[in-house]
Parts: sequence; structure tokens; C-alpha cells
Amino acid sequence: MSRDAANKKLPTLSAGSIVKMAGDLSGKLIQRNWKRFVIAVPLVWLLIFFIVPFVIVLKISLAEGMIARPPFTPLFEWAEDLSFTISVTFENFRFLVTDDLYYSSYLNSLFLAGKSTIICLLIGYPMAYGIARSRSDIRGILLLMVVLPFWTSFLLRIYAWMGLLNKNGIINGALLSMGIIDEPLNMMFTEGAIYVGIVYSYLPFMILPLYATMEKLDESLNEAAADLGGKPFTVFYTVTLPLTLPGIVAGSLLVFIPATGEYVIPALLGNYDTLMIGRVLFDEFFSNRDWPVASAVAVALLAFLVVPIMMYQHFQAKDGERS
Amino acid sequence: MKKRSTFLLSVLVFGFAFLYVPILSLIFYSFNSSRLATIWGGFSVKWYGELFQNDLIINAALLSFRIAAVSATFSVILGVLAGLALSRFGRFRGRLAFTGMITAPLVMPEVITGLSLLLLFVSMEDLVGWPNGRGVTTITIAHITFSMAYVAIIVQSALSGMEENLEEAAMDLGGKPLRVLWDITLPLLMPAMIAGWLLSFTMSLDDLVIASFVSGPGSSTLPMVIFSKVKLGVTPDINALATLIILAVALGVICAGLIMRHQARQKYRL
Repeated sequence: MSRDAANKKLPTLSAGSIVKMAGDLSGKLIQRNWKRFVIAVPLVWLLIFFIVPFVIVLKISLAEGMIARPPFTPLFEWAEDLSFTISVTFENFRFLVTDDLYYSSYLNSLFLAGKSTIICLLIGYPMAYGIARSRSDIRGILLLMVVLPFWTSFLLRIYAWMGLLNKNGIINGALLSMGIIDEPLNMMFTEGAIYVGIVYSYLPFMILPLYATMEKLDESLNEAAADLGGKPFTVFYTVTLPLTLPGIVAGSLLVFIPATGEYVIPALLGNYDTLMIGRVLFDEFFSNRDWPVASAVAVALLAFLVVPIMMYQHFQAKDGERS
Repeated sequence: MKKRSTFLLSVLVFGFAFLYVPILSLIFYSFNSSRLATIWGGFSVKWYGELFQNDLIINAALLSFRIAAVSATFSVILGVLAGLALSRFGRFRGRLAFTGMITAPLVMPEVITGLSLLLLFVSMEDLVGWPNGRGVTTITIAHITFSMAYVAIIVQSALSGMEENLEEAAMDLGGKPLRVLWDITLPLLMPAMIAGWLLSFTMSLDDLVIASFVSGPGSSTLPMVIFSKVKLGVTPDINALATLIILAVALGVICAGLIMRHQARQKYRL
């Protein structure tokens, strides 16, 4: 029934039945359009709280800093005579390019994240393979043991390493008491400590996607290749490795992207010489209160990460279609 | 063959030791009566007593629990809707963009998410007068935004593993789409929804960076209090707090695992 037909009938009806009809009508509208509703609600939420914020960051990165609340110049200004001025400045980005601090922290973060990703892969790959090849009754327990640290507090797990690596911490205490070293080793506040922290916290993110691809792996392929005379390494290189490539890519991106912008790990375990861009952004914002520069740092970081993020999404989408 | 499995076994042992030694050391030293980690001063629970005397920590914990519960509930609602759209609606216009928007928060560095949300809240306050200052509301909104992505992925994978037969049968028998959704799909999604709620809850409870950006005066969450304490060095009462949190989470995860195993067994029996 169309809305017009419903309207024509209205005059002859009592108030109560009008309410009932309106209810039915809206019920029908929901019945017919519920799919649109299901899409619209999360879509609108993400538009407001995920997409619009990026537009604002971009906008503020093009503004000038000033001492005010909020501490930046407006991009658009309505003057008295209703003339409209747009003031855009690329000063913040020029500042990023000319100041060594930013340049080296971007590079440092990318290198640190890249190397940590490789270390995660070197440890995670055989672990995932070992879990996938283990007896089916203990496989579930091993998998649970990989997931468990992921559920426990990230911050507290980094804190645990502070207790281990400290000058008068557990590792130094143990080594000293065993007489292996005479003086405590300097492990805290070093670049090595940052590597340990990143590898430790992101290892489960590497193992899980790897395990997911290895679980589907058909052992008979390996056997066939071996029967045909392939040496173990050749079999691994020509059969296993290519088949697990999707897991390698997904796991590496899941480690690399968030590790690049990491704040907590360098703040707690690192020294001030090892610059990481997440920490620079955080300090720029909270200590220097320079919102436009912090926004420019964020925009530049995002520009570095756009390619890996799109790669990750491409894999996610393909994965979703396959299953 | 034998050689390879010893290699795999040693990697597994080393890997799991790497994952668990720090956590176990934290638990172990929370019962140390000495303040120094290197000296074992005898078994004691005095740090736990000190922890419960600390009003700052207790209040922050209560605040964090409240934020986590509310944001987890909303994330499940939004995440289920998004997951349904992703796996049951086939190809709709803008699907690619929609998928992109769902998966991007999963990998976005926290500093970027935090900064951009803060700037949004400041601009909104300027334009429409809402939110009036920052605090619990803004932290909750931020947490909903990143948790719903995780819930959506969990729900999507649960739905894609689920046969559509039941839903189709219900439709064939004359069930209206919403009825089918309510009576068939949602009950089947219950385990995924519970898992999503728990994951959102723990992630909200754990978030430091985003909360630091969007919180206001007087709304310090538990991670913010822990971080400001821990920056100054290792303190035994934080060891005690960590032990309590880790044990609670471990118990929760193990219980959930047992329940799911039990359910899976019952399914096979049917």
C-alpha cells in the first residue's frame, strides 16, 4: 500500500487507529528497509568518528599555531564585510622536512618496525608451523597459549619487561649471582629493549594469521614433493613457503603498521636517542602543545602507512570473499 | 624428519618461554616482601593490601570498568550490524569503502586515532557545543569506534562459517527477514557476540594512548594511572595489580575456552 492510499483513508479513522496505522506503516518501512538501516548505523558512526576526524587533522595541519583555545588559526574566516578568506599554510610540513628530528624519527620508526617484523617472522613462522603440526589434542591448548597474552594488558606486559631488564632487575640479578657478569648490564633504555618490547607484544599477531594458513595446508603435497626427490629445504622453499605467503603478508602487516606508530614501548623501554615518531607526535602534542605540527606529523605518518594499510585491506577483502 | 621435529619443538619451547617468563616473573615478585626485585625477602601479600588502600588506583579502576562495560555493549551492537552487512548482504553499493572503513581502525596507529578524535571533539564543541568538555563520554565514544571493528570481524567470520541453510529454511517457511534475524541468526551469533564483548571490554580496559588524548581533567583511567606510576620505575603494588588483572583474564579466557569446547562436543553428539 502506498503512502497516498493511507493518507486518503485517514479522515474516516479514529485517533487510535491512526496511531496504529502509523505504527504499521513505520513497521513496514523498517521491514522493507532494514538492510539499509543495518548498513547505515555503523556507516554513519564510522563517518562521524573515523573519517571526519581525519579531515579535521588534515585541516589543522594546514593551520598556524597560536596561543589560544583551541591553539591554532581558523582555516576559514568570515570578515565583517562577509568576505571569505581561506588561510592555508604549508609551514608545518616545511618544518617537518627541514627539521632533522622528524626526518630521522620517521626513518628510525620504519627501520625499527621493519626489523622487528622480520624478527617476529623468524620466531613466529616455526612456532606457527610447530603448532599446526602438533597433535590435535594439544593444538588447541597451544593456540590458547598464543592468544592468552593478547588478551592480557599490553601496558602491564611491557611493564613486566621493565622488571626484567632493569639495572637491578631480574636478569641482571640472576647473571650476577651466577657469576657470569661482574657488573650489571645496561639493558633498559636501549634500542635493544625496544626491539624486545615490540617483538614480545606483537608476536601473537604474527603467529595467528600464519597458523590460519598453515592449518589448511595439505601435508600430502609435502610428501608428494619429497617422494619426487625434493630435499627438505627445496620442498619448503618451493611448496610450503609459497602456500603460506598470504599468512606471511597478513602477519607482517599486522606487526609492521601499528609498530611504526608505537608510543608505549619506546616511552617505557627506550632512551631519548632512539626517536620514534609515535613518541615525537605524543610529546609534540602534550609537552609543546603545538597542535598544527602534531597534526602534520600525523598526516605524514599516515602517508607513509597508506600503502601497507591498503595492502592489508586488500588481503582482508580477499580473505572474506574466499570464506 | 626426526631432526625437523626437534627443531620445531625447541622453537616452541623457546617461543612460549619468551611469551610467558615476563608474565610469570611479574606474578612471582608481587609476593615478594622486599621492594627490590633482586632480593627475595620472603612471601608476603602486603603489596595487595597496599593496593586496596590506594584510592587513586581503586577509583581509576572503577572508572575504567564502567567505560569498558558501556563501550563493549555499544561495540557489540554496532559490530553485529556491520558484520551482518559484510557477510550477508552480498555486493551492495559502496561495499569496498565500507569494508575499508571497518578494517582500517584495526591497524591504525593509536597516536593517529587519538589525535584525530580529540581534534574532532574540540571542533564539535566549537560548532555545536557538544561534547561539553572531555571525559568519560569522549573516551567511551573513542573505545566504541576501535572496538566495533574487532566485533565486526569476529561476527563476519562466525557468519561465514555458519551455513545459511537455517536462515533460508526459516525464510521459506514464511519468516519475515527481521524475525529470521532475531529468532535464528542472532541466537546462532551468541558465542561470537560474547567473544566480541569480552575482547572490546579488555581492549577498553587496556587502552592508554587514545584515552590520554580524549580524556579531560578528573577522568584518569586505570592505564593512565598505571602509566604515570610506572614511568618512574618498578613498584611492587603495580606488580600486585598486574597479577590480579592477568589472573582474572586468564581465568576468563580458559573458562570461555572450556565452554566453547563443551558446546562443540554437544554439537557433535546431536
